[in-house]
Amino acid sequence: MSTIKELEKKARIIRLGILEAIGEGQKSHIGGSMSSADLVTALYFHKMRHTHENPKDPKRDRLIFSKGHAVLAQYAALAECGYFPKEELKKTKTLGSLLQGHPEIRTPGIEANTGSLGQGLSIGLGMALGAKLDHKSYKVYVILGDGELAEGQIWEAANTASFYKVDNLIAIVDYNKLQAVGFLKKRYDLGDIRGKFNIFGWKTFEIDGHNMEEIVNTLDEIDSIKGLPSAIIAHTIKGKGISFAENNPIFHNAPLSREQIEKAKKEIQGETILEVKN
Amino acid sequence: MNNQENLRQAYGKELLKWAKKDERIIALDADLCGSTQTVFIEKEIPQRFFEMGIAEQNMTSVAAGLALVGKIPFVNSFAVFSVGQAYNQIRQGIALPRLNVKIVGSSCGLSDFGDGATHQSIEDISIMRAIPNMTIIVPVDAIETRKVVGEVIKYKGPVYIRINRNDLPNVTKESDQFKIGKMQKITEGKDVVIFACGLMVSQSLKAREILLPQGISLRIINVSTIKPLNKEEVIKFSRDIKKVITAEENNVIGGLGGAICEALEDQEMKITRIGINDEFGQSASCYEDLIKYYHLTPEDIITKVKNLINQ
Ligand SMILES: Cc1ncc(C[n+]2csc(CCOP(=O)(O)OP(=O)(O)O)c2C)c(N)n1
Repeated sequence: MSTIKELEKKARIIRLGILEAIGEGQKSHIGGSMSSADLVTALYFHKMRHTHENPKDPKRDRLIFSKGHAVLAQYAALAECGYFPKEELKKTKTLGSLLQGHPEIRTPGIEANTGSLGQGLSIGLGMALGAKLDHKSYKVYVILGDGELAEGQIWEAANTASFYKVDNLIAIVDYNKLQAVGFLKKRYDLGDIRGKFNIFGWKTFEIDGHNMEEIVNTLDEIDSIKGLPSAIIAHTIKGKGISFAENNPIFHNAPLSREQIEKAKKEIQGETILEVKN
Repeated sequence: MNNQENLRQAYGKELLKWAKKDERIIALDADLCGSTQTVFIEKEIPQRFFEMGIAEQNMTSVAAGLALVGKIPFVNSFAVFSVGQAYNQIRQGIALPRLNVKIVGSSCGLSDFGDGATHQSIEDISIMRAIPNMTIIVPVDAIETRKVVGEVIKYKGPVYIRINRNDLPNVTKESDQFKIGKMQKITEGKDVVIFACGLMVSQSLKAREILLPQGISLRIINVSTIKPLNKEEVIKFSRDIKKVITAEENNVIGGLGGAICEALEDQEMKITRIGINDEFGQSASCYEDLIKYYHLTPEDIITKVKNLINQ
């Protein structure tokens, strides 16, 4: 079991992995990947029961990136766990790559094909229902974008999940306040997101999605919740960790120059030198 | 054919121009206005631009409602979403009652190269073709795109407009006329006739340049209206040559190739379809990588031309 400090260090390694996958000069979903990085770290390195040695273990916990465009964060975590060589990160989104622009189940560790927003929670619900049928105890975590919550299908899944009392399904909203074009408040206000999940019959939590201790504690607390699905509204910052990208709509999907990558690396590494093993 | 221009920008600017003149014109977008370029309308006429959030089905049915009260709504998203996500809303709510809704499929085909299969529409033409009452237009270049905007506004009924994300060579002239349902002969030729749309028209022109010194000439027809397809014109342009190639950045099943085969079903002709061979796209670091991988280059066209001639 890792300590909070170790997990925070891991999160920085994941962010560096995201940068690796972004590479130079290629349009990439920087903002949404960086905002999910701490959540992903807590899931893969603290909460989820999984092993790269047996990626298809029927008992494993599952993570679905419903906001599939931010899969770079998941790729970085999977590479760090050893699901595939870290070298693959550099080839992200090139012809023939194992790591496509959006998640595909042919990539080891990826649980569902997503990328068309709005579908991941329903897919997760299907897996969670399957666990019940098979008397298995695995959990299904689904990371949703806040902009993505506009899709009606999300709320179809939300209603169905509480109707069937699916307590092994956990939705995590990466609440970074931005969609592709700009700030949700200004462009398409979704109002009280937590209140919406409450009304739909979910147990809800509201946390700082960059506070590792809070993330870990909330994920642990959810283990004991029975009879209804849980949603974590995680307040995050789009582009978190890269000063020039933070809260900047341009970096939803943009290329980085060599200098920008170097600057970002420095900022993420901070004072400590991170040992990145290959 | 040298100067390249961006089609979606041409679309966005032209739509703004018409919206200034015609108050019935409304643009709806689902968090992609920077890509679809309805951002031009949003900036200048914000009251007739609606950010609908990432909710394409709702957006599409709202457009139906707007049309029912006399507006001319333009629904905008990537082609995979504006067609795929909202298929049944289009079918039941727009095509069946023949409502005056214009559906724009931006970043069509493989043109969103980085995002991969989920964002690359290889079957939107096929899907839309199978829906009764639907008109389908694939502008070949920015010049034609501008004319298409004006014409679809004049036309009363549902229209699907498929727009490439990237810059494409201008192959038409300002003085050319665009009319819904008419195809345009771009070059005369005597050995093979190519019916092409979108990117594949300029690819065919490049193939023609290479083949001319070898004594092979191609008659290239720009089929920007895929539906309704003008059957008489298809026959007229192919009757003498009898060797036909179709070329499109869409599945070879059910798209332009399918339409041409149907139009020529009673004719004794040899037909080869060029397109995406019933497989999904994938990510690449540039558009050209995908064009090569999926065999849509001038060289691929040349191979098919020679095969057809030597048959
Ligand atoms: C159905 C669908 N519509 C549109 C898109 C294009 N798209 C990709 S990311 C995105 C914005 C997502 O915003 P949000 O869910 O808030 O994610 P984040 O800000 O965390 O990146 C859009 C509109 C898509 N992938 N799927």
